[in-house]
Amino acid sequence: MDKLQKILVPVGAIVVFTLLWELLVWANGWPDYVMASPSDLPQAYEWFWNLFLIGSWQTLWRTVAGLMLAVIFGTGLGMIMGFSRIARDALYPLLVGFNAIPKATLVPVLALLFIGEHNFNTVLMAFLISFFPIAVSVGIGLSTLEPEYRDILRSLGASKVTIFLKIALPKTLPEFFGALKVSVTLAFIGTNLVEIISPHGRGLGALFLSGQTNSNYPLMFAVLIALAVLGIVLYYAVVALEKIFAGWAERPQG
Amino acid sequence: MTNLIEIKGVTHAYRTPNGPLPVLEDLTLSVPEGEFAAVVGPSGCGKSTLTRLVAGLMKPDTGEVWLHGERVRSPRKTVGMAFQNPVMLEWRTILENVILPLEIVAPSMPRAQRRARAMELLELVGLAGFENKRPSEFSGGMRQRASLCRAIVHRPDVLIMDEPFGALDAFTREDLWQTMHALRAQEPFTAVLITHDLRESVYLGDQVIVLSGRPATTQYVMDVKYPGTGPRQLDGLYTPECATMLATLREQIQIAQGRVAPKEA
Repeated sequence: MDKLQKILVPVGAIVVFTLLWELLVWANGWPDYVMASPSDLPQAYEWFWNLFLIGSWQTLWRTVAGLMLAVIFGTGLGMIMGFSRIARDALYPLLVGFNAIPKATLVPVLALLFIGEHNFNTVLMAFLISFFPIAVSVGIGLSTLEPEYRDILRSLGASKVTIFLKIALPKTLPEFFGALKVSVTLAFIGTNLVEIISPHGRGLGALFLSGQTNSNYPLMFAVLIALAVLGIVLYYAVVALEKIFAGWAERPQG
Repeated sequence: MTNLIEIKGVTHAYRTPNGPLPVLEDLTLSVPEGEFAAVVGPSGCGKSTLTRLVAGLMKPDTGEVWLHGERVRSPRKTVGMAFQNPVMLEWRTILENVILPLEIVAPSMPRAQRRARAMELLELVGLAGFENKRPSEFSGGMRQRASLCRAIVHRPDVLIMDEPFGALDAFTREDLWQTMHALRAQEPFTAVLITHDLRESVYLGDQVIVLSGRPATTQYVMDVKYPGTGPRQLDGLYTPECATMLATLREQIQIAQGRVAPKEA
């Protein structure tokens, strides 16, 4: 019953949302160039299904690649900031400043830096936009470790590496996964930014752009929905990982 | 009987932005092997600093700390620690939490043997049957019981406790006092207990050491002559002998706080 409810409630919400959307378009009598309705979308998927498959794959792998880089780099940076006060003081303003830059402005910069390397540029942008939350939460998680945790092991003569592996690392996992959930959606934004803005883009972003160029409005909306679906899939993949590695942090309800 | 813990003329100050803050001054005390020393003193008088010095987590500015005839310069595996905040690794079961020190001190010990050792202690403190629960399902008292098991699982010579029962309600605290006696009957260790509770110090301690206000030095040492024979009973706390000891300690604390001038000898 509980399990069924866990699936039925969100699915029901999506159905209700779709119906409301349909109703809104129908009630206002909007043509599809103002806003396409859900009933316009199946046709778009039917006509361009192979483009959708290819585009989704390109968008997905580049997003995941960028995300992985963000995890590696962000965790490393977070560790440096978590363990060293000086590093924290030095890096925080730089990081915040970098994060405040609208990433769209970086697309032409990257395009000139690495001319023609579209895949590389896209992965790089997904990475650049998504490492910040990871670095910050790992840093905070490590720097706020209660001293008793360390003392238990330190009083036994444990090395710093042992203390990190046995305590600091697992203790930080819940914060890490919290940040990763934010980073997933950010990485998608990064990938799409490059796909849409670049003149020779690939992936779903490029499909969106071609919909715009050809005034195929249902196609544009269909791309948006496909992006949303990819986002949901990746998000729940992270949730599944979190359950495995940091499930202990979830308190029993009630 | 040899002294297991020897603290000789220890002086220590913390560096603060407002200049050095002396916390210990020429502190000397010794605890014979197997004895239970309870340390009491006014708040902020440097009692926690004392535990960190004995554990080798800190070095004193001057003076010496000796354990088992060896000068303490760094942490050693023969010490167990329990704190007021019984931090548990939330991602491990209680049993795995208790095993933790063995992973550091005796990495080659077989898994089954570690588990058996931890289970033995969990049974002693009344946590048998809860070993596979997560700490988040435990009450404060249960956590502190588990924390005590963890502190002695590797059979340390010295158990150092920094107000382990301070955050518990009165009844739970009395339960844990009895658990402490049960553990001592089974496990030979020398103990240093930092506490604010005079009754606790008398019920658990073989000697009670009163520290003066900051900077702390040994102001008074009392050998506890607990009424009755055999295992100590809680009822003993309500006898005239204990009342006299408690009154003496209370007076010493007030002197330490500077509220009462010491009597002329």
